[in-house]
Amino acid sequence: MKINFTHHQSAHCENGVVSNLMKYNGFDISEPMVFGIGSGLLYCYIPFLKINHGPAITYRTMPGQIFNRFAKRVGIKIKREKFKDPVKAKAKLDENLKNDNPVGVQVGVYNLVYFPDDYRFHFNAHNLIVYGKEDNEYLVSDPVMEDVTRLTEKQLEKVRFAKGAFAPKGHLYYPINFPEELKLEGAIIKGIKNTCRDMLAPVPIVGVNGMQMVARLIRKWPEKKGIKVTNHYLGQIVRMQEEIGTGGGGFRYIYAAFLQEASDVLQNKELTTLSKEMTVIGDLWRDFALEASRIYKNRNADHESYDSIADQLDNLAKMEKGFFKKLRKAV
Amino acid sequence: MKKDEVPQDDSSLSEMNAKELCYAVDKDGNYITAKSTGWEAKTIALENAMQVIKERVENARQRVIAGKTSPIEYYMELHKMEVNILASYVGMFKWRVKRHFKPKVFKKLSDKVLQKYADVFEMSIDDLKRVPNED
Repeated sequence: MKINFTHHQSAHCENGVVSNLMKYNGFDISEPMVFGIGSGLLYCYIPFLKINHGPAITYRTMPGQIFNRFAKRVGIKIKREKFKDPVKAKAKLDENLKNDNPVGVQVGVYNLVYFPDDYRFHFNAHNLIVYGKEDNEYLVSDPVMEDVTRLTEKQLEKVRFAKGAFAPKGHLYYPINFPEELKLEGAIIKGIKNTCRDMLAPVPIVGVNGMQMVARLIRKWPEKKGIKVTNHYLGQIVRMQEEIGTGGGGFRYIYAAFLQEASDVLQNKELTTLSKEMTVIGDLWRDFALEASRIYKNRNADHESYDSIADQLDNLAKMEKGFFKKLRKAV
Repeated sequence: MKKDEVPQDDSSLSEMNAKELCYAVDKDGNYITAKSTGWEAKTIALENAMQVIKERVENARQRVIAGKTSPIEYYMELHKMEVNILASYVGMFKWRVKRHFKPKVFKKLSDKVLQKYADVFEMSIDDLKRVPNED
């Protein structure tokens, strides 16, 4: 069985799954629109968590939240199911496919065979769509891949039941109950306000405060942890900034694309100006990542070079603080 | 980022002829999507992460040979895992997994327990009992 489903590649997995499922259901919603309405943009340093022996920093919201907020704001409902038993999880998936319903599935990346080896870490919040089954193989639309692909029953079970932080537990989800027409205006404003609130939150580890905290840490690490560990940590920061398929300023560019689209929908010229400003900020994030990567490539960097990228991050925090204050007023 | 600035550097994606999608601005200032073969900064970051893992794996292998830890730690590192991830895969507490790193404890493990590890690492119990180039 094969559902008549069209795959569109996207920059980020969760946006991509939502956008593709919406398009399948007849609503032309772009990836940036999902990201913006779902308030995907974030900066958060998670002090008590270590990933891959390094600091955990996230540039977007918790897995699942983008879709949840998007759904709530445009007025659709999501059906979500998790399973203890892989057999039941498979049966439920097969039942959906039989009913011509493509479903979003949360998976772990480590055993995704079609990814290159250096992308395969124990990261459990990747998303893809299963849209059919042929010869006991599942037809898979992974939004960050250029084309559709396939996984055997065993391969899919393995990634659906990956273990560790954010274990997917066979999690599958799909939208139900659509309104006749999606009302984007109010949803966009809510999405923007939410992001401004997060980025300007008076919490030391979140938003622009979080960036300043990481900048302080970068200045301290060489002394406290030594050059080798510091370089590993910097690499980790860059890796989290990029994830997969968010090249360069990554999520910042997606957000700028959202603001441009939103300015059309809301007939708000101010948002076009702010979109351009966000693009400039995205470019500075790129410069930051590039310089950080060069430092740990050279290995014998001095303290000044660490201070210099910490300065860059401080500057980004300052710019984003000003940016989100303006954005909050613009809607 | 302008469209012509979308990085087209070498990466593990370009090695398998894959491209990723990113957002960039065209000459009229409108956002479009463009494909990228990879980006130097990211490639360096990923290589750095792989290098760290390689060192951890080699370090674990040496310690197995020196009798300081069991092969379980070596295979854990080889699979890019940390103790908490391995513990959740085998369904045991972290402290129990750590105990199994002790060569003395490891030697006395039952086949039933060994099988759990062997399943996670997708190998036989016999292979689990040794690390490469031990002699």
